[in-house]
Parts: sequence; structure tokens; C-alpha cells
Amino acid sequence: MNATPKTTVAGAVPAAPAGAVVMNCQIDKVFYGDFLAVRASTVPIEKNKITGFIGPSGCGKSTVLRSLNRMNDLIPIFRFEGKVTYHGQDIYDKKVDPVVVRRYIGMVFQQPNPFAMSIYDNVAFGLRLNGFKGDLDERVEKALKGAACWNEVKDKLKNSGLSLSGGQQQRLCIARAIATEPDVLLMDEPCSALDPIATRRVEELMLELKEKYTIALVTHNMQQATRVADTTAFFGVDISQGSRTGYLVEMGPTRQIFEDPQQQLTGEYVRGEFS
Amino acid sequence: MNDPHLTTTAELIALNDLEALRRLPNLDRTPFEARTLKSGILTALTWIAALLASVPLLSVIYMLVVEGGSRLDWEALTALPPSAFEQGGGFGNAIIGTLVMVGLATLISVPIGLFAAVYLAILDPDSRLAHSVRFLSKTLTGFPSILAGVFIYAALVVSMKTYSALAGGVALAVLMLPTVVLAAEQAMMMVPKKMKDAAFGMGCTRAQVIWKVVLPTGAPGILTGVMLAIAGAAGNSAPLLFTALFSSYYLTSLTEPTASLAILIFNFSGMPYENQIELAWAASLVLVMVILLFNILARIIGRRKY
Repeated sequence: MNATPKTTVAGAVPAAPAGAVVMNCQIDKVFYGDFLAVRASTVPIEKNKITGFIGPSGCGKSTVLRSLNRMNDLIPIFRFEGKVTYHGQDIYDKKVDPVVVRRYIGMVFQQPNPFAMSIYDNVAFGLRLNGFKGDLDERVEKALKGAACWNEVKDKLKNSGLSLSGGQQQRLCIARAIATEPDVLLMDEPCSALDPIATRRVEELMLELKEKYTIALVTHNMQQATRVADTTAFFGVDISQGSRTGYLVEMGPTRQIFEDPQQQLTGEYVRGEFS
Repeated sequence: MNDPHLTTTAELIALNDLEALRRLPNLDRTPFEARTLKSGILTALTWIAALLASVPLLSVIYMLVVEGGSRLDWEALTALPPSAFEQGGGFGNAIIGTLVMVGLATLISVPIGLFAAVYLAILDPDSRLAHSVRFLSKTLTGFPSILAGVFIYAALVVSMKTYSALAGGVALAVLMLPTVVLAAEQAMMMVPKKMKDAAFGMGCTRAQVIWKVVLPTGAPGILTGVMLAIAGAAGNSAPLLFTALFSSYYLTSLTEPTASLAILIFNFSGMPYENQIELAWAASLVLVMVILLFNILARIIGRRKY
């Protein structure tokens, strides 16, 4: 495990994580076709912490997040150079099956996306997929409780997952993701489609979840990062080469990023001078 | 006019301020103004057109019930077709023949159609092969059904040296296939991308995404398409003329000429005998009821469960 990444970009401030690093993302270059989307950035993800990714639109924060469980492989023109170590193994190694990676590194998406099946079947989906042999009912209940929606749905487990409200659907998706007890949860702007009350509930949930899981969170909302993230990575967009390439500008404890940023760009962004 | 204080109509009437009353905006309905009239007339026209569209079907069903209902009894449903001057008889063998051949056509066209639709909708939607298949399927839906019969005649009947239920079933399958492919593709395309992403994110392989998420989610639409294709095939006589021909006996083997409702109606309605003409009416009623049944089934199954 590479706990103290070396500086790869002149001027960029790498994180110096104090705790155990579950995943270390060392990007060299990420392309979509010929388009260089993200350049050299190192993002360590610490165990039982929430690592927030912030930055302006097009800075590559979602691309980096989706590189962590190889979701981007579904885009044919995507190309990743670098490595992402997960418990010391490079998940981009040729012998690694991306399908298996995704069973350990779960994901919650921007839009709530329950399957067109019952609430129960939604949560049981991953367990059945993995050939789970134990008490399914118990695990479904546990996952729904873990996602703070058991009380709302316990009497209608046979109802469609799509019959729930947006906020409930998103918590159902979180329950579905944690039912298989993955190691790491990737959350890609999970509250952007939710109203403020539902957002609040999901944020509270994230704080509970980090006791058991490691979370990486992309957010467009800086206040959300200050409320939930332990560590924050700020990404910027470099337009100097005539293209738009994202890169890590600064990463550190959330408090430091917002109150005492080491980079001028970070300061301007967190003060809301550009977005 | 420039008074910032807005006075209500009642107050103005009490004040007897006619000038101000006249300046108030008029919000009353004006049913005889040109644009209101035009809108009303156009609405009425759509009503009339909608009624007209249902006239052919309703009058056909009315005729069939009146003309065919009287002969529709157990004998008609089970007995063999009568010969020229014979009285009584029925079309039991034709019902069996139609069910067998449509079943055969379903067994052939549904698996092929489903796999083709998976390719078109998910695996490689933008490939040249996909574009060609889509274009050919759309063309084939408007294909004259008699040509499917002639084609299978050349391909199967000639080489097997006999008309058969098998050839009839294959000919019907040729006609069903494009409908199944296009309906299934459409149903699978309607499955939101975010659901597929969720499945991939759970660690599904591509086959699992298709099998566990895309097919169940698209199932109502797929079944509706299949049912409509079946209903279409059941009523088609042209492709069977050159392939299954007809038989006056019950089906004993798939490789012999076979009776069907559509051909029986075609044969009997042109005969100069009262008995046969009555049976043709009754067979028509049975055929329409079978098709209606499949359409209703399609609607019931097509109802979304989740």
C-alpha cells in the first residue's frame, strides 16, 4: 500500500493520509478517445472516512470516482493509464475481472435507479447475484435498517421500488448497495436529484455508514462536503492547452481545504469566486 | 386609470362609476367567437373520426355473431368438415391445425426474435449489421404474406415433396419474426440506461444485466409484441395456401397437409352449398374470438407489474 504518494504535479498538494488507505488511485492519464479528460492525480481513499471530491463542472471528479470500480470500462472509448491499488492489488491489472471488482466496490448513482421489481427484490438482488445462502429476509431487513428506510417500507416490501419517493428510492439504492456489505461505497452526487429534507437524511446516513464502510463522494455542493467529508479533494480544470483537462489541485482534511487552502485556486473556488 | 387603488366590480357598481366599469377586463366566455367555434368544431370532428374508426370492427363482429352464432355448437367445434352435399359437420381439425401451426411458428420466431432483439437493443445497436437487420425487419412487416407462402413452398414443400403443418408453421414464423424482433427491441430499448448502470454497478456480467434486469423489465412489452404477432399469424390464410394446403382429417403428423381455420373459411365461403357457407361464418367467428382472446391476453400481460 502506498500511503504517502509522491507529488506528481508541480504545485499540486498531495494528501498525507494519517490512517489506513483502502484504495489508492494513481492516475497518469485518462482519455475519452483522443480527449485527455484527467491528467496526473493521486487520490488516496482512507478507511472508514468520507472522501469528498469537489470541483467545477468538467474537472473529472466523476470520471475519477468511476475509475475506482471500473464503471468507465462500459464506455468503449474510455482509456485509463495509471493504477488503482485496492488492498495492494492494481484493479486495472490484466488478470483482474472488472465484474468482480464491482462486487467489492459498490456504487450509488446521481439519479435514484431502483430496478423495476419489489422493494425486497431490489435489496436482495446483489445477495442472490452472489449466490448468498443464508437468511435472506434477515439481510434485507438489516440493509434497509442500515439505509434508514426500514420503518417506511417494512409494511410494503412487496410493492414496487419505483413507487417510492425520490429520497426513499435513493435510500433504497443505498440499501441495495450495502446489502452485499461491500468494502467501499462510491457515491456520485447522490443528493443532486433530492430535495433538501431528503438530502439531509442521506447525509446523516452517510455519517452512520462510514463507521462500517469507506466512502468516496462526488458532490457539486461545497456545503455538503463541509458537512460530511473528512478529507476533501479539490479538482480543477486546465484550459491552457486549448482543451479541458481535469487534475487534482489539492487534497487534505476538509477543514484545511475550506479554511486554510494551500493553493490559490482552491481558495478562490471555496470562496465561491468561480464554479 | 392611474389610481393605484384597485376597486372591485361590486364597489364600482355601488359608486355607479360606468366609465371605470367599462375599463375592467372582460373575462366572460364567448362561445360564438370565431376561434372558440373553430376549436369546438375541430373537437367534434376528432370525435366523429374516432367513432368511424371503430365502425368496421364492430360491424364485422356484429355480422359474425348474427351469421355464425347460430351454427356455433359442439358439433361445429369438433366434427370434421362435410363433403359437398353432406349436412352437419364442423371444423375441429381446422382449429387444431391453426393452433398447432401458430404454436410451431411461435416456437420458431420467439427465440430467434428475442436473441436478435438483444443484439439490436443492447449488444451492438449501432453496428452495420444492426442497422441492416432493423431496416429489413421493418420492410418485412409490410411484406405481402402470400410471398412468404411462395418462399416456403420453394424452400420446404418442394424438397419435402409434401404440403405440411411444418411448412405452414415456418411460413407463419417468417411473418411473425419481424414483429417479434421490432417489438422486443423497442421494449428493451425502453429499459432506462440508469437501471442497466445499476446492474453493472452491482457486479453483473453483461449476460446477467440482460437476463436479470433488461428482460424482466422489458417483459410486458415483449409479451405484448409476441401476442400481437400470434394474433396476426392466426388469421393469415395466404402463407398457408402453398404450404399447409388443407385436409379433411385430424392432424396425425407434422409432415402431412393440414387444415386451418383461415383456409377453411377461404374454401367454404366460395362454395355454392348453404351448409358450407354457414360453417364458414361460424369458423370466422371462432377465428375472430381466438384473435380477440390473444389481444386481450396481450393487454392483461402487458400491464406493468412494478
